[in-house]
Amino acid sequence: MPAPRTTAAVPPPAPPRAPVPPVPPAAPAARRPRRRTPFRSRLGPYLLLVPAVAAIAVGLGYPLARQFVISFQEYGLAQQFGRPAEWVGLQNYVTLLTDPYVWTVIARSIAFCLLNAGLTMAIGIALAVLMTKVGRAARVTLQVGMLLAWGTPVLATMTVWQWLFDSQYGVVNWLLAEPLGMGSMRFHSWLIEPLSFYGVATVIVVWMSVPFVAFTVYAGLLQVPEECMEAAQLDGANAWQRLWSLAIPMVKPVLFVVALLQVIWDLRVFTQIHVLQRAGAPTRETHLLGTYIYSLAKEFSMAGAMATIMLVITLGLTVFYIRRMLREEQL
Amino acid sequence: MSAAGSAVATARGQRGGQRSARGGRSSLGRRLLGALAVAVSLAWVFPVYWMISSAFLPTNELRTSEPTFFPVDGGLGNFRRVFTDPTFFSSFRISLAVTGLTLAAAILFAFVAALAVSRFRFRGKKSFIVTILVVQMIPAEGLFISQYHVLDNWGLVNAVLGLTIVYVAAILPFTIWMLRGFVSGIPIELEEAAMMDGLSRTGAFFRITFPLLAPGLVASGVYGFLQAWNEYTLALVVMSDPEKQTLPLWLQGLVEGNRATDWGLVMAGATLITVPVIVFFLIVQNRMSSGLVAGAVKG
Repeated sequence: MPAPRTTAAVPPPAPPRAPVPPVPPAAPAARRPRRRTPFRSRLGPYLLLVPAVAAIAVGLGYPLARQFVISFQEYGLAQQFGRPAEWVGLQNYVTLLTDPYVWTVIARSIAFCLLNAGLTMAIGIALAVLMTKVGRAARVTLQVGMLLAWGTPVLATMTVWQWLFDSQYGVVNWLLAEPLGMGSMRFHSWLIEPLSFYGVATVIVVWMSVPFVAFTVYAGLLQVPEECMEAAQLDGANAWQRLWSLAIPMVKPVLFVVALLQVIWDLRVFTQIHVLQRAGAPTRETHLLGTYIYSLAKEFSMAGAMATIMLVITLGLTVFYIRRMLREEQL
Repeated sequence: MSAAGSAVATARGQRGGQRSARGGRSSLGRRLLGALAVAVSLAWVFPVYWMISSAFLPTNELRTSEPTFFPVDGGLGNFRRVFTDPTFFSSFRISLAVTGLTLAAAILFAFVAALAVSRFRFRGKKSFIVTILVVQMIPAEGLFISQYHVLDNWGLVNAVLGLTIVYVAAILPFTIWMLRGFVSGIPIELEEAAMMDGLSRTGAFFRITFPLLAPGLVASGVYGFLQAWNEYTLALVVMSDPEKQTLPLWLQGLVEGNRATDWGLVMAGATLITVPVIVFFLIVQNRMSSGLVAGAVKG
C-alpha cells in the first residue's frame, strides 16, 4: 500500500464517528490546550502501543526471529556450551524434508487437524442450532453442561480422560464389557495402537472444543434480526430453508473466525497428545507436529527448522481464511 | 447484560412465532429436540461429574471391577491427602504468582493498546491490527524450544518472571483484539458530549467510557486468568525444576508418580484446581464469546 493516508485509500468508510484525533478536545476549549494537543495526539497512540508491542516482541518476536536464524545454523548441545554456531544454509531443512518420517508426521498432523476441526465445527453448529430450537429449560441444561466441560482446566480434564480410559479400572472398558457384552474389551489398552490412540485424542479434543464453537455460533445466530426470519417465514420458507439460506449466511463472518481458530488450534495440538503419550503410548508412532518438535529439543537448530515448517503449514492452511477475513474486516 | 437480555427476548419471540405458525405438530418435535439437548448435555458433563464423584471415593472402591456411579458413602479422605501434600501448596503459590503477574501486565498493556487502536487514527494502525491477527496464528507449540533458550540466556528459566513474560506475550494479542471490540462498542459521541460540557479528553474518557468498559475489562481479565492458570505446555518447558512447578504440572506429576496411579487423589486434585476456574468462568463466559463476536463482526 503506497498511499500513506488510509482515508484516501478506502473511500467509503469515513463512518459517522469521523476522524477522531485531528480535532479532538478543540472547539470549546481555549487556545492553550489546542496548541498542545496536535503533538500529543500524534505521538499518543504510539506511546499507548509501546508496552504491548514491547511485551510481544520480547516474549514472541525475539524467540521467533532467533529460532528462524538458528534454523540455518548448526546448533546443538555443543553450541549451548559456548561453541560458536556454524552457518549450514538449508541443510537442516534438507535433512528434515528428505526424511520420510517427517512427512508422515506432517500428513498425520494435517489429517488429525482437518478431521478434528471438521467434527468440532459440525457438532458445534448443530448444537448451536439446537439451542435456538428447544425450550428454555432444555437450552439452559445444554448450556450448563457445555460450560462445565469448557471451563474445566485442560490438565484436569486430561487426567479424567486418562482415568476414564484406564485399561484396568476405567469406566469405558467396563461399559463396553459389562452392559454391552464385549468381553474382549475388558482390559483393552486404548493407547497402544496408533489408530485407537488418535481415536481417543479426537474424542477428547472434540469434547473440549465444541462448547466454544456452539456458544459463539449461538451468540451469532441470536444477532440475526427477527424481522428477516419473519419475512422469510411469511414468504413461505420453512424452518430448514430459513436456517440454511438466511441464518447461516448471515453468521458467516462468525463461522469463518471460529473455523479459522479451530484449524489453528487443532494443528498445534500438543497438551492432549503429550499427556496421552506419557500415559503409555509409543511416542514415535503417535507424534504430531507439536510433540515432534518437543522431542527435537536437544537439537535446537532442527527444532527451529521444524517449527518454521510448521509455521509455513499453518499459514498455508489458513491463508485463504486470513485474506478473506481481512477483506471483510474494515480496519 | 442488557445485550444478553434483549438477545434472549429475541430468541423467545422467534420461538413464539414458530409455535403459532406450526401449531401442535411441532410440539412433539420440540420435545424430542429438548430430550436430545438434555442427552447431549449429560454426555458433555459426564467426565466432569466423574472427576468430582471419584474424588470422594476411597482408593479401594475405585479399584473394583464395578465402577461406583454415585459416591453415596464417599468421604473427604482424598482431599485431606491433597492438603497434607506440601508440593500442592508450593505449586499453588507459584501458580498464583504467575497468574497474578500475568493478569496485571496483560490487562494494563492490552487496555492502552486497545485504546490506541479504537480511539485514535494513526499511520501504521492497519498494519498493527494485521500483525496482531497474524501473531495469533503463530503456533506457540512451534516456539517453545526457542522461548526456553531465550529465557535460559537471561537466567529466567525456572523463574516466575520468565514464565510470566512468555504468558503475557501469548495472551496479549487476543486480549487486545477482544478489548478493541469492547472499546469501539462504546460510542465516541458519549465522550464528545462530555467534552462539550467542559471535561478534558482524558477526563471524559475516565469518567464516561471507562466505567462502561468495566465488563470488558472483567471479561478479558478472566480470559487471562484462565489461560495462565490452566496453561501446561510452556510451564512444562520453562519450569522443569520440580520445586517450581505450577498446578497443572503438579497434577500430571501425580498421575505419573507411581506405577499404579492413585486415581482418587488425582481426581481430588483436579477438582480443587477446577473449582475456582468454573466459578470465574460461569460469571463471564457470556461476555467472552459475545466480545469475540463483536470483534469479528464490527469494524
